[in-house]
Amino acid sequence: MTHKTATVLIAFAGITLTTLIATASGPAQRPAAATHRTPVELGAYLVSTMGCHDCHTPWKLGPKGPEPDMSRALTGHPEDLKMPPAPALPAGPWMASFAATNTAWAGPWGVSFTANLTPDKETGLGDWTEEQFIAALRTGKHQGKGRQILPPMPWSVYGRLVDEEVKALWAYLQSLAPVKNRVPQPIDPPEGSQR
Amino acid sequence: MTRKLTRMLLTLAACAWAGAVAMRAGGATDNDVPSAPPPGRLSETGLYADRDALIIDQRNRPFTPQYPLWSDGAAKRRWVRLPDGATIDARDVNRWDFPVGTTFWKEFAFGGRKVETRMFRKVARDRWDFASYAWQDDQRDATLVPRDGLARVAEVAPGKWHNIPSHDECRACHDAGRTEVLGFSALQLSDDRDPLAPHAEPLEPGMVTLASLVAERRIAGLASRLITTPPRVAGRTPVERAVLGYLSTNCGSCHNRESSIASLGLFLKYAIASPRTCTADALATTIGHTGHWAVPDAPDGTSRVVAPGAPARSALLRRAQSRRPSSQMPPIGTVLADRDALRLVTEWIDALEGPPAAPCAVSAPATTAAARRPATSRTGR
Ligand code: HEC
Repeated sequence: MTHKTATVLIAFAGITLTTLIATASGPAQRPAAATHRTPVELGAYLVSTMGCHDCHTPWKLGPKGPEPDMSRALTGHPEDLKMPPAPALPAGPWMASFAATNTAWAGPWGVSFTANLTPDKETGLGDWTEEQFIAALRTGKHQGKGRQILPPMPWSVYGRLVDEEVKALWAYLQSLAPVKNRVPQPIDPPEGSQR
Repeated sequence: MTRKLTRMLLTLAACAWAGAVAMRAGGATDNDVPSAPPPGRLSETGLYADRDALIIDQRNRPFTPQYPLWSDGAAKRRWVRLPDGATIDARDVNRWDFPVGTTFWKEFAFGGRKVETRMFRKVARDRWDFASYAWQDDQRDATLVPRDGLARVAEVAPGKWHNIPSHDECRACHDAGRTEVLGFSALQLSDDRDPLAPHAEPLEPGMVTLASLVAERRIAGLASRLITTPPRVAGRTPVERAVLGYLSTNCGSCHNRESSIASLGLFLKYAIASPRTCTADALATTIGHTGHWAVPDAPDGTSRVVAPGAPARSALLRRAQSRRPSSQMPPIGTVLADRDALRLVTEWIDALEGPPAAPCAVSAPATTAAARRPATSRTGR
């Protein structure tokens, strides 16, 4: 393992811990909806506190270590970053690998790439409807009807948000500037290794 | 690697992010709590006249759809009960309106053993509810399955299991207010049966068909031309007829003009009464279209939803052949590919020479009620 990867991993684990600690110390005093007047404001708040950037914004090595590259905020796995085949892991409890950008994930489900959440028509959520977005988070199916949404997208967590919050997420994501970035299709696991 | 493991991983991965969110969230809204809960046992639902001998109540009429849904080779039996004296409103030929109280049952058996019976009841003008019953080992009765479904109820091939779907999964196909009933329509009940329809079951005496509904006055508003000439899929060849019918059942419940995913512009549901000048939606929206999903091993830029003469580059076929997580179609309700039907689809694609001669104009996704109503349904053309 290289130094850089180790740092990324540590930073990553840190985020997770911070999240958990923040949770343990109790939720905010006032409901989020009361402090964030418009759906877009509420959505911005939710996106910034629920980890969307951790996976949907590619990470870079900043002056203080790895951090999400906000110049590519929420654009998903960069289309110009062609990933080599994922390393084969030995049998045992380790079972997944992820890219230094935190946008590509290999495991028993194959390889998943985080989606472009900006409203670009061709490569992002531009041709989605609000109904599809809500259904995707509620059902864990692509656009609410298609294939299973693959790990590690925590849809089962976000699917528990109330309608007002999911709609706010949608409103905020749709308010972003569209960025063209064609994320690769997920890659199936090798034949015979599934089920 | 098992599916269970993948699920577990998903859960694990999600956990790290779960904390804050789970505490804030009040839980998903639940819009489909049935008005009167379904009984705990199948024997209490009114399906049987004799609950011990499991003799079907005469008022529950058997039927078999012309193009059955593939369910991994399950042997199915189906019954419908219309409330006494009530009729189906068939003025919109592609979207029948059933009287409140209509009940459907569908029984699934694998290897000669009953596994599951689903019940589907119309409980209000615009609402159906679902119940699934899992058969007991002794095959004497079946018990109500929780809303979350039940995994691994029958092994349908080595290591492959039939699962009883959750209510959310039911909704994925039986879309509230859109396409509730899938196997009971003018096309599915047509007396002009397609001899090439994959896995079609023989029509038996006493089964409900379009003609029997008319004769028994259980249907109102059906266009008279459908009474004299029962509907059939207008394929250009017998194989195309069967393929379009098959796709309509197996793909069309999600891929249709009224679905929440209409924005994909892929319409595989067969609509009766398309004007003669216009070929089926399924031809106009697949042949030569690029689609969102590219066949992974097709040379760059050559993947099509249906590539004439090239089954291997046809995403529709490749996804229907796949049973792996990122590509399988249909995405739920099946763990085995339907080899017989896919042979037919392959034959159809092989024989295609190009886009259809007179494709339909593919309009933007239907969003208004007016747009949802098929334009030709009332004109009697
Ligand atoms: C732990 C990493 C992770 C986090 C955190 C995360 N995502 Fe994702 N997300 C993914 C991955 C990976 C995919 C691609 C999954 C696939 O292709 O099946 C994805 C896909 C999606 C999709 C496309 C789903 C579809 O139907 O195809 C949407 C929408 C989405 N994420 C929204 C969000 C939002 C909004 C947030 C924050 C509230 C978020 N994600 C947080 C990893 C993550």
